[in-house]
Amino acid sequence: MYTASDLRKGLRLKIDNDPYVITEFNFVKPGKGQALYRCKLKNMLTGSQFERTFRSVDVFEPADLREKKMQYLYKEGDKFCFMDNETFEQVYLTQEQVGDAVNFLLDNIEAEILLFEDRPIGISLPNFVELVVTEAEPWAKGDTVSGATKPVKVQTGYTILVPTFISEGEKIRIDTRTGEYLTRVKG
Amino acid sequence: MSTLPKDDCFYLARKAQALQLRAGFTEHLRRFFIQQGFLEVETPLRIPAPAPEEHIEPLPSGNWFLQTSPEICMKRLLAAGYPRIFQFCKCFRAGERGNRHLPEFSMLEWYALHCDYRKLMDQCEDLLISACRQMGRSGKIVWQNKTIRLSPPWERITVADAFSRYAPVSLPNALAGDRFDEVLVEHVEPNLGNDLPTFLFDYPAQMASLAKIKKDDPAVAERFELYIGGMEIANGFSELTDAREQRRRFEEALKAQAARHQVHYAMPEPFLASLENLPPCAGIALGLDRMIMILADTATIDDVIAFSPETL
Repeated sequence: MYTASDLRKGLRLKIDNDPYVITEFNFVKPGKGQALYRCKLKNMLTGSQFERTFRSVDVFEPADLREKKMQYLYKEGDKFCFMDNETFEQVYLTQEQVGDAVNFLLDNIEAEILLFEDRPIGISLPNFVELVVTEAEPWAKGDTVSGATKPVKVQTGYTILVPTFISEGEKIRIDTRTGEYLTRVKG
Repeated sequence: MSTLPKDDCFYLARKAQALQLRAGFTEHLRRFFIQQGFLEVETPLRIPAPAPEEHIEPLPSGNWFLQTSPEICMKRLLAAGYPRIFQFCKCFRAGERGNRHLPEFSMLEWYALHCDYRKLMDQCEDLLISACRQMGRSGKIVWQNKTIRLSPPWERITVADAFSRYAPVSLPNALAGDRFDEVLVEHVEPNLGNDLPTFLFDYPAQMASLAKIKKDDPAVAERFELYIGGMEIANGFSELTDAREQRRRFEEALKAQAARHQVHYAMPEPFLASLENLPPCAGIALGLDRMIMILADTATIDDVIAFSPETL
């Protein structure tokens, strides 16, 4: 069981027999009052969302989800095809089920397919991915210690804001939960 | 996860504007107090017994604790006859982390003898208007797409009136259903301080562990909170000076903490003893980080400090 202090963005809970993921999370605490945990929850099957405020005494049941390593093969129409490399079983996910993960999905990469009661319902990306910058405007030297950013394109076609010192061909680490730049990867 | 030196520079360089705002604003606040004859004091961060409050958990430091607020030491100075004191300090509260919360945060706290919560609201208004003007922010500030006028007088509304104006339940019903905090956060707070900064005042007596009860209404404590753009900025009150009543409230809070967390904190005895000498007075704590958030127009407290705990 989870307690309220375990709540955070991305945590998966079982509510009324459906799996839910916390899509927005905020710790609030008025004046000298009690701690409250405001959550926006998304039903992982239907996509419907609701907001609820929990208290520190509340407890939660974890959602019983399984992940299975599969290889991303191709996109056909609005279906994404993945294959289990051991059983050669293929599964399909909709655009909706893939969601923002499409920004970080490279052909042939291994991805964790999320199963709820053996049904594929989504894709589970690692929190961090490393992608190569394929398009970037050159930037004047000597500008490294500033907070300025510029947009660049990575291998998947995703456009992301990065510090100005990043150049084409470099590898960067991205937080898949926020879609934001984290750090340059050396080597 | 460690970042490379260049990335560290990037993240810290992005804070330059907020850090400059912070330093400048702090200087103007300090100057206001010195001009008003306040003495700047420092009290220990590490103390044996924090003021017991049901919903505030201290962090242990050896056998002692890091202060959750400088209140008890500052009130001992008041009781000893120091008439007007202020302090900038760090406070520590376990488990508090969010867009507007840090487990280690900066507080500006000040006290005055022979003052009450109404005079303190006026003074708080004067202080912030003056310091904002020195920063070139006279007239109005824009925070998160809200334009907030600073011209005095700021809005003042009682907790009961705010509930009947903004909440789907009345204050007595919210209290009876143990939903005060929830209703306050969801329905009342977002409506406060969006046009003018707003003082929410006259709290239910049970929501004020160190505040004085109103003479003509024992259900109400002489406590207020300042809101700007729906965000709580400061908390002040006429101080409770009745040692016996204070001990009773502390005992209740200690009992509640013991029941919830199986921890037993000590009673701050020297503080309770000092209350015997404490004249009527009032004090206020202002969250410095949050005030800088307003000036820097950011919704995230991490943006106004150089290092948040996760980056250390």
